[in-house]
Amino acid sequence: MEFFQGFLNMSGASFAQHMVNGVSLGSLYALIAIGYTMVYGILLMINFAHGDIVMMACYFAYFGITIFHVPWYFTFIGVIVATALLGAIIERMAYRPLRDAPKNSVLISAIGASFLLENLANYLFSGRPMSFPDIPLFSQNIAIGSIKIQAISMVIPVVTIISLLVLLHIVNHTKTGMAMRAVSKDYEIARVMGINIDNVISMTFIIGSALAAIGAIMWGIRYPGITPYLGVMPGLKCFIAAVIGGIGNIKGAVLGGFILGLGEILIVAFFPDLSGYRDAFAFIVLIIILFYRPTGILGERTTEKV
Amino acid sequence: MKNILKTKAMTMQFGGVTAVNALEIEINEHEIVALIGPNGAGKTTAFNMITGVYTPTNGAVIYTDAEGQECNITGMKPSEIAKIGIARTFQNIRLFKDLSVYENVIIAKHLHLKSDFMSATLHMPWYNKEQAKAEEKVEELLKKVDLWDMREEKASSLPYGKQRRLEIVRALATEPRLLLLDEPAAGMNPKETDELTVFIKQIRQEYNLTVFMIEHHMELVMEISDRIYVLDFGETIAKGSTEEIQNNKRVIEAYLGVDEDA
Amino acid sequence: MKNKRDLILSAILLIVLFGASWFANSELDSYIRRIVNLCLIYAIIGLSMNVTNGFAGQFSLGQAGFMAIGAYTVGIFTVPVELRANVFYAVPMNPFIADIQMPVWLALIVGGLLAALVAFLIGTPVLRLRGDYLAIATLGFSEIIRICITNASSFTNGALGIKDIPPLNDVRYIFVVTAITFVFIAALINSSYGRAFKAIREDEIAAEAMGINLYKHKCLAFMISAFFAGIGGGLYGTLLGTVDPKNFLFTLTYNFLLIIVLGGMGSITGSMLGAIIVTAGLEYLRIFDEPLKLFGTMIPLFRPGFRMVMFSALLMACVLFWRHGIMGTREITWSKLIAFCKNPIGFFKRKGAAQ
Repeated sequence: MEFFQGFLNMSGASFAQHMVNGVSLGSLYALIAIGYTMVYGILLMINFAHGDIVMMACYFAYFGITIFHVPWYFTFIGVIVATALLGAIIERMAYRPLRDAPKNSVLISAIGASFLLENLANYLFSGRPMSFPDIPLFSQNIAIGSIKIQAISMVIPVVTIISLLVLLHIVNHTKTGMAMRAVSKDYEIARVMGINIDNVISMTFIIGSALAAIGAIMWGIRYPGITPYLGVMPGLKCFIAAVIGGIGNIKGAVLGGFILGLGEILIVAFFPDLSGYRDAFAFIVLIIILFYRPTGILGERTTEKV
Repeated sequence: MKNILKTKAMTMQFGGVTAVNALEIEINEHEIVALIGPNGAGKTTAFNMITGVYTPTNGAVIYTDAEGQECNITGMKPSEIAKIGIARTFQNIRLFKDLSVYENVIIAKHLHLKSDFMSATLHMPWYNKEQAKAEEKVEELLKKVDLWDMREEKASSLPYGKQRRLEIVRALATEPRLLLLDEPAAGMNPKETDELTVFIKQIRQEYNLTVFMIEHHMELVMEISDRIYVLDFGETIAKGSTEEIQNNKRVIEAYLGVDEDA
Repeated sequence: MKNKRDLILSAILLIVLFGASWFANSELDSYIRRIVNLCLIYAIIGLSMNVTNGFAGQFSLGQAGFMAIGAYTVGIFTVPVELRANVFYAVPMNPFIADIQMPVWLALIVGGLLAALVAFLIGTPVLRLRGDYLAIATLGFSEIIRICITNASSFTNGALGIKDIPPLNDVRYIFVVTAITFVFIAALINSSYGRAFKAIREDEIAAEAMGINLYKHKCLAFMISAFFAGIGGGLYGTLLGTVDPKNFLFTLTYNFLLIIVLGGMGSITGSMLGAIIVTAGLEYLRIFDEPLKLFGTMIPLFRPGFRMVMFSALLMACVLFWRHGIMGTREITWSKLIAFCKNPIGFFKRKGAAQ
């Protein structure tokens, strides 16, 4: 019976509190998951380094505000630009040379890139945890009735929705977006049609990394400890979120992000005894999804041609 | 004549598209039967259903084994189907590219192996005995089909015609009763095609095979087939002997298109 | 004829190497001995990883998890019963296992078997996946194993880890285990089952059409790989003396990834070379972690962490510029060695011409 204690003791107020936490975590997952899904849609590879791009963005913000004392709004713009560039550079260095190589080589290169970023951060910024700069505007608590919510928890979903709308506009209504969709539909035909594949891929990495930067900034405000390995777990989970929603599908990534974020928070809330297994939850969901619906919730079913 | 393979209303749908509709095929022992039709008619899909790559959405595949027992093989795994005596080749050659010719062929003997993996790894006497027998058979087979001299070569380094031949030989090494060939002459020049014609006839005789093949090369088809099935848009539009097919109006229409003015 | 010659030569080599390990054990100082041991252990795990990734072509990243199972089995069952209260001071050890003590060799085998059992259980859902998906799922399971170990305190002492594992530290012992692993995997690869693995690597659909049961063979490869990773992990545990969950982060798997990529995926002699180069190299790179004074000035480049930067850069460089590694899928064989000894220049010329 003790097992269900958390479940029984839950009041309406604390449930609302958990829901807010879950939605804000889910939004963060969604933002980062989009980067995975876009890259997979076009290159059919997991960008293992994506989580580490998030980590780097946190360090950029730390340096901007804490070390160089740039106002936070300028810093954030700078962070987004720098992170987008970093994403493009990684693609150029680690993935482009292997465009025609076997998939396993690309996978190893991606793992290498991720590992390199972590070790570089460890070397350059030291492994000591640093504290993400405090911005009182976002970190203050707002009381609504009997529940207290950090301002950032309210900001996160709003920013996520705005980013998503902008992204969907780019993908559906601009020339670049059209080229992206064409390449993800059929790589070869897009090439024959005269689309500059390399540019499209660079653009994909830039957009995905910019979204990751936005996610990273909000992540940092919400969970202020920065370490070189900060991006690993969120990275893996966001990839899983992308798979749950149907890899290659932007709306699916968002859906997957919310499922994972909410699920994680609520499971811990209802079954406190399982809190140690919190990180295992995502992997178990992954296995279940891959087993019963390998193309994800919103993905198309495909059959391999023999 | 004894029947070896029968399909009953075999149907395959992908999403809303019907690739093969209610296909009824009967193949008798020792026959060479051809399956022809324009591109996208559903021929390879039919092969894939027979060999277990796809499970038919409807209908059944019935195989008569060496003991004369009829068994329903619908939805069985490809590896199980290979074990009961149906072997196949692929439209776009699927050799084990980085392995040698010899390895390609001896791999096909693995399905007859009775030793478990422990005795195989420890090279126990009973495994060695089985293996020696398999090696003997492979040697005999490779010599017969003129590939023995190139046994050490990488499969991918063989000339195209030889790769096609090797794929057939690899299928033969599973000791099938029924051999499914998916466009064996695709991409071959006339000389290679002639050699292939002779080769198919030769192996049918030698190994007492039944052959079911998809082919676009009409000369080859007319030369060696006993009977022909014609598929168009997933439907069987004709079946019968070579002469019957050659004079069938619907077949000519399917291949040449209907003249609108006529 | 040739077979017999190779067998005799191999036996002689093994005896010579065993003699060398005897020498290493008694003559070398403890630091070098530790590196030699680490080399041998990494070779075992590299070989095990090559079975799935190199031969069966299934890209698995679960090695750290299987090692953890082996290491913890050895840790739990070899710590002397009277010391256990001292180790498990926070949460008492589960009474069910508190009195079971095993000799190291038995604990190693049990650890290997447990790892294989877990591989079997994981294999059912995971081995249906391909490529990237398989990689991420196995990596996920490796983390789940670690999380379970962290949480099962009454068995594993949780995050505190298990200390006082009796050290083995005997080069001869570890050499024998490595030799057995090598011979076993070499024999496996040269059997009909090994060829079936390669067929799956080359083309799954064709392999299946040739009567090879994909699931059965993939699962077999996965279990064998896990078994040896478990044994290697057990030895690793005795080398460390203390195991805690942080030792088995999935980044540990990257060491073995580098070994098999460098040595050549699908080459067992390559894995041996890779293990030696990577282990020795990682030790050698340690100088980069220490401050370096050149002509009286401090070079600011060298400080802790630089070694791992070099290591990861090496992994990337290897896959970007030297994708097939040292050996590719080729092997060092006696015939090639003899040909090389007879005519070193001609050997490479002929090989160049053949390519």
